Amino acid sequence: MDEEQSSEEASAPDEKRENLLAELSENLGEMLIDSYLRPHEDLWLRVRIENWQDAVKIAKAAGFTYFGFLSAIDWDIAPDGRYENTEFDGGLVEEDDDPVELDTSTGYAGGDSRFQLLAQLNSLDRQMGLILKADLEDNLVVDTIRDVFPGADWHEREAHEMFGIVFQGHPTLHPLYLPTEFEGHPLRKDFPLLARQVKPWPGVVDIEEIPEHLEAQLEAEVMAAFEAEGGEV
Amino acid sequence: MTATSDREQMAYVAAQAADARINVELDTGDMTLNIGPQHPATHGTLRIACRLDGEQVVVAEPIMGYMHRGYEKLCEVRTYPQCTTLINRIDWLGSFANEVPFILAAERLMEVEAPPRAQWIRTILFELSRIANLALFLGDMGVQIGALTPVFFAFRDRERVLNQIEEVTGGRFHPNFDRIGGLKDDIPKGWIDETRSVMTKMRTFCDEMEDLLVGNEIFQARCRGVGVIPGDVAVGYGLSGANLRASGIDWDLRRDANPGLAWDQIDWRVWTHPDGDSFARYWVRLQETREATRIVDQLLDGIPSGPIMAKVPRIIKVPAGEAYVSTENPLGEMGYYIVSKGDLGPFRVKIRTPSFNNISVVPWVMKGVYVPDVITILGSLYFILGDIDR
Repeated sequence: MDEEQSSEEASAPDEKRENLLAELSENLGEMLIDSYLRPHEDLWLRVRIENWQDAVKIAKAAGFTYFGFLSAIDWDIAPDGRYENTEFDGGLVEEDDDPVELDTSTGYAGGDSRFQLLAQLNSLDRQMGLILKADLEDNLVVDTIRDVFPGADWHEREAHEMFGIVFQGHPTLHPLYLPTEFEGHPLRKDFPLLARQVKPWPGVVDIEEIPEHLEAQLEAEVMAAFEAEGGEV
Repeated sequence: MTATSDREQMAYVAAQAADARINVELDTGDMTLNIGPQHPATHGTLRIACRLDGEQVVVAEPIMGYMHRGYEKLCEVRTYPQCTTLINRIDWLGSFANEVPFILAAERLMEVEAPPRAQWIRTILFELSRIANLALFLGDMGVQIGALTPVFFAFRDRERVLNQIEEVTGGRFHPNFDRIGGLKDDIPKGWIDETRSVMTKMRTFCDEMEDLLVGNEIFQARCRGVGVIPGDVAVGYGLSGANLRASGIDWDLRRDANPGLAWDQIDWRVWTHPDGDSFARYWVRLQETREATRIVDQLLDGIPSGPIMAKVPRIIKVPAGEAYVSTENPLGEMGYYIVSKGDLGPFRVKIRTPSFNNISVVPWVMKGVYVPDVITILGSLYFILGDIDR
């Protein structure tokens, strides 16, 4: 019963967000590059980087007054991958039937650059969230939205130290978390995770193995309990 | 003879000093006072650098990073089930609540839904961690302004709730109990009745706190009108949780953006207060703790039967996509923005923590307040350092 209901709900068009998308695309006009809508979940809008501040202002005027967060995504593939190439991690990957194929696209609403700016805003009246994205140019410069949302102040400082994005017009872009003499931008994909390079991740090795003489017995018990519950083998 | 001359000499010195006081301009420059990094009011290593003009704060700047653990980076090299172990340690007083939005975001991308029984038990544990977290605040706020008794009551009664969490999950603080597709285990026998009696005790605890603090004249004098945050400022800074509701904004993600847990199936209300001061924040949290015990009571009555785990593959790979799920945690809105590329682990996780936004209002709200009020405001904003620094 529940499943039918939920599938009906999921297939029903999300009028609330479609109306919002229509309204915002009209207001944004040329500034909007692309959009993506996941029904009943979220709406993504990608705007031109030179219009970032204006786009945020337009969203605020449309009722999105509650500031969620601001951050960035580095779409580069990390040179060290996920540090799974150690001898211990082999087991985990081998068990897997299909090899992992990385999706090469750059997320919802697309993207043409390595770094993408990301902001989440909420509307208390409409009871909806909105995610704004913008492609950063190579110089990683963008106008600050600190004057529109005072809460963006610290988020921009964090994005500055973690990704090296420069927010024009922000008066205090000094580090928030990192020590002042720290070099590099830790959340960039090419920034090495030193802890993993010094010592390989133990991966599956820290799972205690079941003693051999107990293995068959335990397996039988587990299977019996599973079948008693009506599970299919 | 000597005595007289001594007296004369002292009179001469005093006259000189008085002259000096009149003629020489005193140094009235600003003074810098560091509150923290080790201070009972900071719940961890947060430093507030205050520039003072006499007794008043000119600029207050929180300095963080003493506990920055880089969870966003670490999540990128872990698999989804391994991430929850880290996430537990963000807000360590309400650990289970941390796991839920992350798991929900992963479930959303996988298009898996946990069975109803799992959703209900999740909601119960969520509310229990809220009670455990807020109970400590209710007592601790007394310590901030010099009342030592309430915190002992808080520690005593919080332990009861932690025991209930431990009985289900095996961990007092870091349960690591939530799984993609459901829960690790079912609740043990007899747990429902025990929890119900603990909830009754927690309501008594709330009454005690009301008698000890809310009705206390000194408490009111120290808290009323201190650190007022108007509603529009709170919204602009992205304040969440009780801090937002104490500024008169009626916004609770449990009601307004329920991501699928059992809150919409029971009867409860959201508490707000129009004042926006430290007292309002305390009062709202007190009501919320009480409301949470009622929520748990109702949920205990109606746990549906059925499995606690949906069918999920043994090795979890999350399809490519992006999802942002946030829930109303004890401290406020906690959300995870997950970017997946179809791998065993997330490509990028942005953790939106409530305390980070809640504390970012400090420079605004502390302009012009007196030094003792700094502690009151910090206490009433209520933050967990792990939740700021991540």
